[in-house]
Amino acid sequence: MPVRLYLNNVGKSFTMHLQDGTVIPVVEKVEFSVNEGECVVLGGPSGAGKSSILKMIYGNYRCDEGQILVTIGDEIINVAGAEPRQVLKLRENTIGYVSQFLRTIPRVSAEDVVAEPLIAQGASEAEGQDTARALLARLNVPERLWTLPPATFSGGEQQRVNIARGFIAHYPILLLDEPTASLDAANRAVVVRLVEEKKAKGVAMVGILHDQDVREEIADRIIDVTGFAAEVAA
Amino acid sequence: MNALMPDEPLLQVHNVTRYYGDRVGCSNVSFDLWPGEVLAIVGESGSGKTTLLNCLSTRLAPTAGAIEYRMRDGSMRNLYQLTEAERRLLMRTDWGFVHQNAADGLRMNVSAGANVGERLMAVGERHYGNIRSTADDWLGRVEIESDRIDDDPRSFSGGMRQRLQIARNLVTRPRLVFMDEPTGGLDVSVQARLLDLLRRLVADLGLSVVIVTHDLAVARLLSHRIMVMRQGNVIENGLTDQVLDDPREPYTQLLVSSILQV
Repeated sequence: MPVRLYLNNVGKSFTMHLQDGTVIPVVEKVEFSVNEGECVVLGGPSGAGKSSILKMIYGNYRCDEGQILVTIGDEIINVAGAEPRQVLKLRENTIGYVSQFLRTIPRVSAEDVVAEPLIAQGASEAEGQDTARALLARLNVPERLWTLPPATFSGGEQQRVNIARGFIAHYPILLLDEPTASLDAANRAVVVRLVEEKKAKGVAMVGILHDQDVREEIADRIIDVTGFAAEVAA
Repeated sequence: MNALMPDEPLLQVHNVTRYYGDRVGCSNVSFDLWPGEVLAIVGESGSGKTTLLNCLSTRLAPTAGAIEYRMRDGSMRNLYQLTEAERRLLMRTDWGFVHQNAADGLRMNVSAGANVGERLMAVGERHYGNIRSTADDWLGRVEIESDRIDDDPRSFSGGMRQRLQIARNLVTRPRLVFMDEPTGGLDVSVQARLLDLLRRLVADLGLSVVIVTHDLAVARLLSHRIMVMRQGNVIENGLTDQVLDDPREPYTQLLVSSILQV
């Protein structure tokens, strides 16, 4: 199986200037790869740096050290050194991110929020909306909500809108940031099926999943992030 | 991947510096702006962001440095070496400028339709019927009712005036639009509507935008990239969500941590 994503000697720390420049080391020497069609789950307790690793892959956090290599066709791109517009292009077509938190945009309806990534990849508006509605239905978001902006939805409803948005388009690499947290069993099962479908399409996935059952169902491999704990600077 | 991205910048800014006497307005600013890119310049009052915007838009000559712009014919021209006629043509056709105070960007004593139509006439449109129907179409796009076309903007609310100013700027299909605090001074619900409208228009038209704002939420919603200014210098720049979620400089960390949570 071809490698889609390779993290090479990745390190990250935060310098808190508002707290006298305290340096908080997060991870160092992170090294792993993810193959096509494989789902790798990051393990370890809260604060171990799982989320930071995911955010560095997405270009949301800066990567201080090392390389994050993404293979697209016969090209290899280093996210860690990419220009902003390159990262944006990657996010449009190559790397997707499913999180639990929806950033709502004023006046944009749930179905448009969900359809947007697919339309950005070139789908027609009608196709985007049809696919969005189908996904919202699968995730049991009540139909009467589809045309409303999600700002006033319940937390669970917003989360499912966001999951639909994260899964609607095809990305060769998909990052899952606790997509099933606080979902009920029925919706968890839907997410598990969505993940299986992505796997079947060869999508390489990296996930954070605290839910033991879901993790066992979808993880091909678990990487313990505590192995990458950074030494506390003297 | 590069085949999918424009590989030539629209605007290239080299070491732009502006002094006011001995005081520094902005100092040594360099960046490239790409087609379709929205760049937010953030910082507190007095940080030099408006000075920079005015230098970029040829409203204020820099003390030093150069600004190059890719003309429609593909040639790269130094903005401060254009003839006055060339510069005016650029500002009337290829550029837009959205002021914080709509009255600065509108003609307050002519009708809404004429405000939009005037920019069309400036690019050579002469047919009254066409001008009026295009103006009407643009008023619709910025959500102003057709029956207000003959009213002058003095009778408009602040939010409507701002939307009219946007229509006036976009009617000539500019490639680059400068915006100076376009949502400043509007109440929140009006702001939200304007932001959503701007977001859609910018994406639909593939506009390049340089927007000055002190509101980081506006920057997050509209921009791809952020430059943080302080005391005339660009102290940090990068992908918008990276700068806001993982700010590196002390001042940026202070700015981000000063946002009120609702």
